[in-house]
Amino acid sequence: MRTVSAAETAPTTHPWVVHAEGLRVRAGRHLAVDGLDLALGTGVHGLLGPNGAGKTTLMRALATVVEPAGGKLTLLGESVDGRADLRRVRRGLGYLPQQFGFYPRFTVREFVEYMAWLKEMPKTLVPGAVQRAIERVGLADRAGSRMKTLSGGMLRRAGIAQAIVNDPAVLLLDEPTVGLDPEQRLDFRELLRDLGVDCCVLVSTHLVEDVVAACTDVVMMNEGRLVYQGTPDDLVTQGGEGDAGDSPAERGYSALLRRHRAEAGR
Amino acid sequence: MTGHPSPSVISRYADGDLGLDEATVWTVEVHLEECADCRARLAGSAPEDVLTLLDRVSNGVDQGVTAGPAPVPERRRWSAARNRWLVWQLVPWLTMTGAVLACAVLLQAVQPSLPSLVLLLAPVAPLPGVAVAWSRGSDPAWELVASTPTAGLPLLLRRTAMVLLVVIPMLGLATDRTGVSLALALLPCLAFTTTTIALGAFIGVRLAALGLAAGWGLAVAVPAVFTADLPVVLQPGSLGVWAFIAVASAAFATTRADRFLRRR
Repeated sequence: MRTVSAAETAPTTHPWVVHAEGLRVRAGRHLAVDGLDLALGTGVHGLLGPNGAGKTTLMRALATVVEPAGGKLTLLGESVDGRADLRRVRRGLGYLPQQFGFYPRFTVREFVEYMAWLKEMPKTLVPGAVQRAIERVGLADRAGSRMKTLSGGMLRRAGIAQAIVNDPAVLLLDEPTVGLDPEQRLDFRELLRDLGVDCCVLVSTHLVEDVVAACTDVVMMNEGRLVYQGTPDDLVTQGGEGDAGDSPAERGYSALLRRHRAEAGR
Repeated sequence: MTGHPSPSVISRYADGDLGLDEATVWTVEVHLEECADCRARLAGSAPEDVLTLLDRVSNGVDQGVTAGPAPVPERRRWSAARNRWLVWQLVPWLTMTGAVLACAVLLQAVQPSLPSLVLLLAPVAPLPGVAVAWSRGSDPAWELVASTPTAGLPLLLRRTAMVLLVVIPMLGLATDRTGVSLALALLPCLAFTTTTIALGAFIGVRLAALGLAAGWGLAVAVPAVFTADLPVVLQPGSLGVWAFIAVASAAFATTRADRFLRRR
């Protein structure tokens, strides 16, 4: 049992957990996100798009790692562009970067504990939260192993554990399914559905099947702009027989992309 | 609350009397949790078979504890402290700093006619460590760290403090061996560190450290080696200026804390 603070029970005053208006973000000199409008609420949102669409750059901007070059970005009702104080927002963030670095000498538990400390969790809650996070990703039997001894899929799961350790309100997972075997991917989908109940999860992936199976909402990007936002069922109906792809969802994906490219080309 | 339940209620509770209504059982249980006297009374009025059962259970638990594996020794404290203060990537750089200072001491012993190399090196000694502690390339987990609320000036200061904690004893040892004033080594060292952080608010800590070290080397250290004179800025008279620079730049850096929220 724990004490619930007044801040936790206060009603939210923001309509969207993540809200971007005309967002522009640079990756180096290149404008990777160019005028993106996006509004996300609670649920699991799958972020799809071809390579170089700006998915990772968008994730970095949402994780407050890079500063937006223009437009408006609001997370949890607080503006995060310019010189805003990011500490409050960052406490509610969970982020798994695409190339996620770690300290190889740390054990899994030390790594997740260190991240929990960096996320300013109350000291008394840390051990329990760390154990719960490690169990949720199925790494409990390897909690004492050093990070450098883990396989690629296990590292990915350790990364997911550190992202969810603080029960974030905004969870950003950049290609979390890379390196997971089919069984682990099924477990991961289960975890996603579980997390999406009271959290805004944004999952970037190339696997259309994952999105259809586990997401409540599909967000599609191309060349830094929003192409499509809708439900997975709606994505499936977008595709016709003539479109490329082996499943209805893949056909929907390629149909949308082709239509967008044709419009942009005109 | 009127106080303790009556002894008769307790003994009926101990007997497992089904005639007691649920509300009474509840209040008795809540009370028992907090009242040692009533627990003792309950233990006294428990029937014989319950007591033997309890004895058997407690004996079984004791046996299990003695026969089972020993508890894993706790060694967590040190690992937690280590994780928070030290970035392991700093170790090679700090070793290098120590080696360079040792070389300066050696050279001084071989060539006493040179101006004190330890004094010339002292201002820039912590800069490699500070630059590495806050650069994207050398911290593998920088992207993870950058999205957490701790990231920012406090974390930079924590890591800088760690660097100074290692560098200052080295300087103490080096000045002790060559017989120069410790204050003349320490104050410029501190002033350069705080200036690096203050400048880092604008151009990034790494670039600031590089620029300051290069500037010091070109403008002061190298000419001093050629002229074989200790420069004016390292004479005892300039201690006040160094102290002023250290305090002023530290104060300035704290007013620009928001510039460190995102690592450059």
